[in-house]
Amino acid sequence: MGDIIFGLIAVTFGIVASYGLYWLLNALLSLLPEKILRRVQWLAFLTPALVLVALVLLAPIVQTFVWSFMDKRVENYVGFDNYIALFTDPDFLSVLVNNLLWVLVVPAVTVAIGTAVATLTNQVGPNREKIFKTLIFMPMSISFVAAATIWSLTYAYVPPGRPEIGILNSVMVGLGLEAQPWLTISDGKLNTFLLMAVLVWLQVGYSMVIISAAIKAVPEETLEAAKLDAANAWQVFRHIILPQVWGSIMAVFVTVLILVMKIFDVVLAMTGGNFDTSVLALEWFTAFFESREIGPASAIVVVLFVLIVPLMYVQIRTVKKQEELR
Amino acid sequence: MNKLKRVSEKLNLGSTFTLLFLVLIWSIPTVGLLITSLRRRSDAEVSPWWDAIFNPLETAWTTEAFRNVAESGMLDALVNTFAVTIPATILPLMIAANAAYAFTFLNFKGKEVVFSLMVGLMVVPLQAALIPVLRGMVWFQKTVDIQLTGTYASAWIVHSAFAMPLAIYIIRNYMLTIPTSLIEAARIDGASYYKIFWSLVLPLSMPAIASFAIFQFLWVWNDYLIAFIFVGQGSPVLTYELLKLLGQYGQGWQDVAAGAFISLIVPLMVFLGLQRYFVRGLTSGSVK
Repeated sequence: MGDIIFGLIAVTFGIVASYGLYWLLNALLSLLPEKILRRVQWLAFLTPALVLVALVLLAPIVQTFVWSFMDKRVENYVGFDNYIALFTDPDFLSVLVNNLLWVLVVPAVTVAIGTAVATLTNQVGPNREKIFKTLIFMPMSISFVAAATIWSLTYAYVPPGRPEIGILNSVMVGLGLEAQPWLTISDGKLNTFLLMAVLVWLQVGYSMVIISAAIKAVPEETLEAAKLDAANAWQVFRHIILPQVWGSIMAVFVTVLILVMKIFDVVLAMTGGNFDTSVLALEWFTAFFESREIGPASAIVVVLFVLIVPLMYVQIRTVKKQEELR
Repeated sequence: MNKLKRVSEKLNLGSTFTLLFLVLIWSIPTVGLLITSLRRRSDAEVSPWWDAIFNPLETAWTTEAFRNVAESGMLDALVNTFAVTIPATILPLMIAANAAYAFTFLNFKGKEVVFSLMVGLMVVPLQAALIPVLRGMVWFQKTVDIQLTGTYASAWIVHSAFAMPLAIYIIRNYMLTIPTSLIEAARIDGASYYKIFWSLVLPLSMPAIASFAIFQFLWVWNDYLIAFIFVGQGSPVLTYELLKLLGQYGQGWQDVAAGAFISLIVPLMVFLGLQRYFVRGLTSGSVK
């Protein structure tokens, strides 16, 4: 109970304080003569955001770059040693392969299923559409850790002798096959693919919502025209709908791609990165929190950063394009 | 035969059954979790959860697991999660709304450059900043003797900063739809920019702020990394406790399941209650 009251006080204080901050900034600036005020007015509104971003985002990113060239305790510069160590370590190369697999599989599958669901729900009438969409969309609201829990139960393995309590193994036994400790099987990257399924399960709802909105925006006339030409459902989808929603599909693809490059919680919760399932963000996590190796950990994150920069470029370009349309 | 085909087409049976199949795959794992959380340990250990569905009357339903995990820290974690999430939702929105106002209605040198930088920061992996931020906070508390790490406040700051680029972008996009003539009219009437923000622009921007608020709430509530690093075990949040429970599934899946359920019930309610705004936010591009 004491915690709750303390929390409430802290919350109120924080909000009042931040309102006060803006009031104070404005009051201070108002002391300036009108002529100068007009030129610095923006500071009253932008300063807190700029300070926050500079201190907690920009400066630390620069610091991480610098540290990636230093040793474990960031005392001496070691040049490119951290990077050389990473790229000559077969374990790290296998981690990169895992990341590459995630990037190749998850966005494509998510977008494909999302498009299929969006197209199908568009045909079944508003009532059924609403129920189906809500159920597919629901996983989007839960945490990666909760999702990992749900799927750990689904993949659960009980050694022979007792009944299987996970669905997957129960189906296996039902088919007359042997139950498998799924998440420990790295042959053919099977366990990594099982982890990917969790992310697809989480993200299809998002992809469905965006693509569905785009499909609904397809002008009625183009569809009517296609019907007059006696096009079948597939032809209508392929030649009329798909080209018009392609922009949205690509937007979803890039968003999921960025998310997947940073994937971390699901792997941590389900395998802890064991059995050859580790990914970049998890390597960073273990390098820092378990081994306390700041230099090498920074180098890992810089690798991740460099892989994401091209996407940053795509992002800025898309935004610019939208601005021009305005 | 032809008639049957026509009826099937009219009701879209093909699409409906395909969807039904998908929805089943999508829901079964979650249903399994809920059922498991309501079973006794002795049952959950030896028989699969669907046994309970097929014999609902013979099953000993119990909330024992919920009581177990509530006592072992899940309830405290629920309170902690609220204490982290609510300010970490309100603060960044307030700061971002002010910043978006400056970006939309005020002119200053370098505005375009600063805004492009913000947009670029939207995709930066937060891991790239975390270690220096953590060390900076430690240095800060050594220098001025104000404890930051291990407190809620540190999580508020970090969440606020990371939300900034996207929040500013979304809210600015919305503010651009407010006619400039409205602002000019208020200026002529003698209102200060400060007054115009609080009594005109902020109320008008509420739809964008509300849909971003839902996102930020879900994002912070579901976050593991920042809570783990900055709040830690002193006041563990739900994701932290749940991961700990998951490591102990040897104690029985019913406890893990109950823990997961406690952790996901609030975001699920928010989601179901505010789905419309959530979708609107998504389609206007607010996604991390």
